[in-house]
Amino acid sequence: MPYPKELERLKRKVEETRPERIAKKKRGERFPFMSLEERNALISKYHPDYREEAKREIKVGPNKGDKAAHEIVDLLEAKSRVDPLRVNLSQVDYETDVLIIGGGGAGTAAALIAQENGAEVILATKLRHGDANTMMAEGGIQAADKLEKDSPAYHYLDTMGGGHFKNDPELVYRLVTEAPDVLLWLESLGVMFSMFPEGRLQTLSAGGFCRNRLHFCADITGAEIMRTLRDEARNREGIKVLEFSPAVELILSEHGHCAGALHYDMETGEYFIVKAKAVILATGGCGRLHVQGYPTTNHYGATADGLVLGYRAGVKLAFIYTLQYHPTGVIFPEQIEGLLISEKFRGAGADVLNVDGQQFVNEMEPRDIEASAYIRECITRGKGVPTPTGKLGIWLDSPMIDILRGEGMVKREFIGKWKVFNRQGIDISKEPMLVYPVLHYQNGGLLCNAECETSVPGLFVAGEVTGGLHGENRLMGNSLLDIMVFGRIAGKNGAIYAKDKAKEGKMTLDHVTAYHRELEDAGIITDRVAPILLPDYTNPKVRQRQLTTRSMGTVA
Amino acid sequence: MSNVERNPADKSVEENAHLAATTKMVPVFIMGKRYEVPESLTIMKAMEYVGFKFIRGCGCRGGICGACATVYRKPGDYKIHVGLACQTVVEPGIYLAQIPFYPANRASYRFEELKSVPEEIFKLYPELFRCVACNACTKICPMDIEVMDAVSALKQGNIKKAAELTFDCIQCGLCASRCFGELPKYHIFQLARRIYGGKILPKAEHLKRAVQVITKEKSYDKILKSLMQMNEEELRKAYLEREIEPTTAVEDWRPSEKRFLLE
Repeated sequence: MPYPKELERLKRKVEETRPERIAKKKRGERFPFMSLEERNALISKYHPDYREEAKREIKVGPNKGDKAAHEIVDLLEAKSRVDPLRVNLSQVDYETDVLIIGGGGAGTAAALIAQENGAEVILATKLRHGDANTMMAEGGIQAADKLEKDSPAYHYLDTMGGGHFKNDPELVYRLVTEAPDVLLWLESLGVMFSMFPEGRLQTLSAGGFCRNRLHFCADITGAEIMRTLRDEARNREGIKVLEFSPAVELILSEHGHCAGALHYDMETGEYFIVKAKAVILATGGCGRLHVQGYPTTNHYGATADGLVLGYRAGVKLAFIYTLQYHPTGVIFPEQIEGLLISEKFRGAGADVLNVDGQQFVNEMEPRDIEASAYIRECITRGKGVPTPTGKLGIWLDSPMIDILRGEGMVKREFIGKWKVFNRQGIDISKEPMLVYPVLHYQNGGLLCNAECETSVPGLFVAGEVTGGLHGENRLMGNSLLDIMVFGRIAGKNGAIYAKDKAKEGKMTLDHVTAYHRELEDAGIITDRVAPILLPDYTNPKVRQRQLTTRSMGTVA
Repeated sequence: MSNVERNPADKSVEENAHLAATTKMVPVFIMGKRYEVPESLTIMKAMEYVGFKFIRGCGCRGGICGACATVYRKPGDYKIHVGLACQTVVEPGIYLAQIPFYPANRASYRFEELKSVPEEIFKLYPELFRCVACNACTKICPMDIEVMDAVSALKQGNIKKAAELTFDCIQCGLCASRCFGELPKYHIFQLARRIYGGKILPKAEHLKRAVQVITKEKSYDKILKSLMQMNEEELRKAYLEREIEPTTAVEDWRPSEKRFLLE
């Protein structure tokens, strides 16, 4: 199904303004960037994070009194899936040096490095190994490695500016100084980066960058990294993978150290215990909570499980009030609604346009600015492109890429997206795409330092589940980098901790019992349970008749 | 508010319900059993619409993870069709089943010890030569990969061609399910791509240099530490003074502002 008639008509307005926009771009002219004051005014009025009615105060735990989205607070103000008193902690099912919870990029990088540092590793994951947002990261990975024009200092400044200067400087320092080493490591494992014939890596720009430092593997960078790391993990005898076995509680020791986790086998319905000397939590983000009803680019399993587990164990959340809405998710055709359109399209030359085919924002602003500008254009200014499904979108003028960079560029560098749209009858090398902001990333999360340590000894965290590195807004290409840099650090430190610092002690779930009591004391009477593990997309009429399936299986 | 039972996915669910009210319902047969679903839904959303809750057979929901491979037949058509459930729209009367997993043996190896020669692949996967060139793999690939051509390239020792042809592979396993010669293709191609990426493609010299001066010699630490000590106002100023490289710049672009450069 190509674009229907009405959209074909509107599409012509994009084609009419295109030659002049191409000429401008070739001359190096650009739509003006906003000042920092203009940015602030825009996001405080239009960014979803700033909608007061969409948030509420957290009544329990380390962040009591802070505000977060209702959908996140719902999970924090929920009970455990199990009555802790019914769990027999003396029956240990698995024992290991390092337990890694989460089988995405951060968890797998941690597993490889922990194993190299002499640890026995169990990696437990909710779905299949590699089923994670990493797999879906398309655009690329940042690193300042072309030192004749770039340096880690510019990468540092870009990252801080993108995060509204709120980021933890120590974390950003680690990120930018270990970036080239991460790329070298991935190259040595066999990741196929896009490069020039003599081996120099290709790089592009993205929103908020001052240098073109985004490295990529065509448009499936995350998938290429994930499948390579997973393949390597499968070669290592010291790494045991437990699939379809999410953790549902952390287990502490009598000394207050993290000592393992309680897991749930989603296929057999059994709960089981993994005892470990160190635990690395790398469970990713929360897109599947559909905060404020937004569609999401996230993986099926992105339900904020790690936030719940860490929070109940006493770890504070940082920047939990901020989520990232990616400016360009597909809004039409509806079969692929919510699908992420990488920022790399804009980095490669595609303009963003309103219903009149006119530019209204520079296409390379940081993501929160860009998304807010689209919302303003559609909602307040009435310049959105109406879709046959009753929604509003913005044009992303992808055909400019072939015109600017040579015929065939879109099909070569964006082959994944080209195929997906082609199935819908749309050739994105010739026709623009319709996009709108979608829920994309959890900017905040569990508080940690640059060694991935939390306030709970023996509990390390890495990747999207953490908060601080990205401040209030992450830049493109910093998430794949985040999971590789900090996944490796967590793996190394977890292995060292297991060897030198872990202390044998009785296992306990008393913190869960105490958390239940705190909920009660705060007057929260609820039968909600968390983590929810998976979202429920059943039609409501059917759900009403599914009398016993609520909350994914057995709830004691 | 806090006590209200809320399903975070409800907005999407409502939209599907809205679709049911406004679009035509069509019959589909899920593993042989008949259901009525809105005609515009994907196979995945249609199955959820009627009440299936996926544990297996659902992953990224964006066409890249290979969890939701689905085979189906259409009325009056003898051919087997294939698609990813998250990407393929239902058709009236289709008979479908998901294949969330297909067993295929994977050879284990020490990557650092492998040489960049095709014989390494032949040794680990001798079944490569059982290919009878029936082309069933190419026909079933939901990513439109020229699977059989990639097998042929490997047999001829062309690792580069095999790696490039299979770059879009999502490892769903459907090719292995149809293979007359019993080849675990997606594992073989993963090995080919790793050898090509890690041992055949030329190395990035600028990357080695960057690791040397940034990570090992810590040459940029002085500049970085000074940035880390700046207050927000100073940092804002430095941020605004950055020169922006044009997105269309080529490799020889050089900035005129070089405060934080050392080379």
